Amino acid sequence: MQDTNPNLKQDSDIRSNPIKMSGEKVTVHYGAKQALFDVDLKIEENQVTSLIGPSGCGKSTFLRCLNRMNDTIDICRVGGKIMLDSTDIYNADVDVVELRARVGMVFQKANPFPKSIFENVAYGPRIHGLCRTKAEMDEVVVTSLQKAGLFEEIKDRLDEPGTGLSGGQQQRLCIARAIAVSPEVILMDEPCSALDPIATAKVEELIDELRENYTIVIVTHSMQQAARVSQRTAFFHMGNLVEEGPTDHIFTNPKDKRTQDYITGRFG
Amino acid sequence: MTDATNTQGETIATSTQRDLGLKKRYSKERRFQALGITAIILGVLFLVMLFLSIVTKGYSAFQQTKIHLDLYLNAELIDPSGNRDISTIQMPIRYNKVLERAVSKAVGLDPNDKATRKQQRVAKSLLSKGASVDLRDLVVENPDLIGTRIDYWALADGDIDSFVKGQIPRDIPETQRLVKDAQIAYIDQLVEDGAMEKQFNTNLFVNGPSSRPESAGIAVAVMGSIFMMLIVLVLALPIGVAASIYLEEFAPKNRWTDLIEVNINNLAAVPSIVFGLLGLAVFINFAGLPRSASLVGGLVLTLMTLPTIIIATRSALKAVPPSIREAALGVGASKTQAIFHHVLPLATPGILTGTIIGLAQALGETAPLLMIGMVAFIKDFPTTPLDPATALPVQIYMWSGEAQRAFTERTSAAILILLAFLALMNISAVLLRRRFERRW
Repeated sequence: MQDTNPNLKQDSDIRSNPIKMSGEKVTVHYGAKQALFDVDLKIEENQVTSLIGPSGCGKSTFLRCLNRMNDTIDICRVGGKIMLDSTDIYNADVDVVELRARVGMVFQKANPFPKSIFENVAYGPRIHGLCRTKAEMDEVVVTSLQKAGLFEEIKDRLDEPGTGLSGGQQQRLCIARAIAVSPEVILMDEPCSALDPIATAKVEELIDELRENYTIVIVTHSMQQAARVSQRTAFFHMGNLVEEGPTDHIFTNPKDKRTQDYITGRFG
Repeated sequence: MTDATNTQGETIATSTQRDLGLKKRYSKERRFQALGITAIILGVLFLVMLFLSIVTKGYSAFQQTKIHLDLYLNAELIDPSGNRDISTIQMPIRYNKVLERAVSKAVGLDPNDKATRKQQRVAKSLLSKGASVDLRDLVVENPDLIGTRIDYWALADGDIDSFVKGQIPRDIPETQRLVKDAQIAYIDQLVEDGAMEKQFNTNLFVNGPSSRPESAGIAVAVMGSIFMMLIVLVLALPIGVAASIYLEEFAPKNRWTDLIEVNINNLAAVPSIVFGLLGLAVFINFAGLPRSASLVGGLVLTLMTLPTIIIATRSALKAVPPSIREAALGVGASKTQAIFHHVLPLATPGILTGTIIGLAQALGETAPLLMIGMVAFIKDFPTTPLDPATALPVQIYMWSGEAQRAFTERTSAAILILLAFLALMNISAVLLRRRFERRW
């Protein structure tokens, strides 16, 4: 595992998986302030890619570009290309609703709808017309909850409000809700930042299981978490992608001094 | 100890300084709390005074003095031709004689005795001038009563009513008193016989306005108010909610939307009489809608209520956490779906509260209605919103200008009824809010 080009800090030579999404020269402006500078990042299929970096480094901004959640912010402008398979998702003919059905998202704070657990999971499939019959819907809800590792705990109270669950359960409910529309990619924005260590461990375990069927991109502030769950890690700093590579490389043998300083705790 | 570099001494010095600061802070807090409590006590005091004055003035209007008559509906007086022709029996004047004879008998006079004509006239003056109309209504509805003898409670005159309620004192000189000595003598006699007593005043609730306080009521005005409230609800709620959703969720944030927002906030503070002028110019002069109609009143009040509803709805929409919107968008809901499936249901309690408070405000509004001709003596019940109508607050305004003593208490009673409606609406706002409020 050696670098063919010492200036290119991305380990593009050792990819064992096909590329699911990629950003090419992605720039983001919030009004006059530029938040991302020409980010090139490839995301591999069926792998967990974690985005790390100090606060305000642009990692969440990049994540939110991947399913165009930044569209909801009036002053936000995105430049460059973001490819999902072979289409640029910022093309005019790409429907953002369809895109978000393919690229699901789990947020920092668990945000179940103030409805029943069943309704929370069933909402996505319903608006996308995925289920024709009640039986199909039941099936989708149950499998989604099972995949999210929540079904056993709550199978007797599917009609209770989702907001009544514990924090960790709520976050797994949100994951089940994202899975229910059968996305190809799941984006997670610091999904464990509000959870205790036990709930965090459960979610991390779940992320590892989900990798089999989905491509996952996770933003995290915890380097231990990045090391535990991800196969590839990208380090952002001041709106730049500093370094990207296999997680064990980044953590054991970073090529950039800033990466080294960050992961050894010298700043951040 | 002061010049010595003793650390303990320094600690003591700083800690006493701190203590002083704490005392100051606590007394500041106590002062502030005392001020707050004083303000609340003052507010409650004024409220209690207001209520006490209205209730003490108004409660007596819920009762009305009536005179018991042993009434012989003489067929020769009411229907001399005997064919029960409606144009004959519906003339109130035909019942005057019947009542006069009955009340003379009640005070112990012989109706046929020509020598007591003067006393008989005094006895007659105890009855309301509307008594013959009431009796007419009864007979027209049941013509079979003609020629029979019935127990009948006739309305007493407004001044007699005020006297019985103690609002006209006995001890002022007769020349300055509305109720004369001769009348008082008969009143005392009738009260003693149990033939004169105060009963529940149904007229107040079922009658329209009248120049005679004893038969005046608020029913026509309430009808007009109900029509207007329905119009306001049907127009202002959907328009207001739609406008707020567009402004809050869809409209781009630029100079134009800022301008619109500032103007909506300003509209909420525009004096209501200005809305009345606008209604007069636009709805009546330009659009040619009828004057005094509750439709025009409802439209004017809709304009007045819109800013209130828009402001309340926008703040209710703003209060829905953005995480709910993101959650819906994140699973691929369109913006409209996210708003109608998730944001709007969560904002409903706030919207309902705002709407009901806006409606309550509109219910109590008088000034704009004066401008569009709803301050009129309208005796007939409006059956459609295009018929002439008045409103409850306008009725109060009109009664407050009447000279008779009996109208004063009716003014207060009508205020009490209006306040009851307002309280009812506000309580339902609170209940609805509790019912629909969900935690997230």
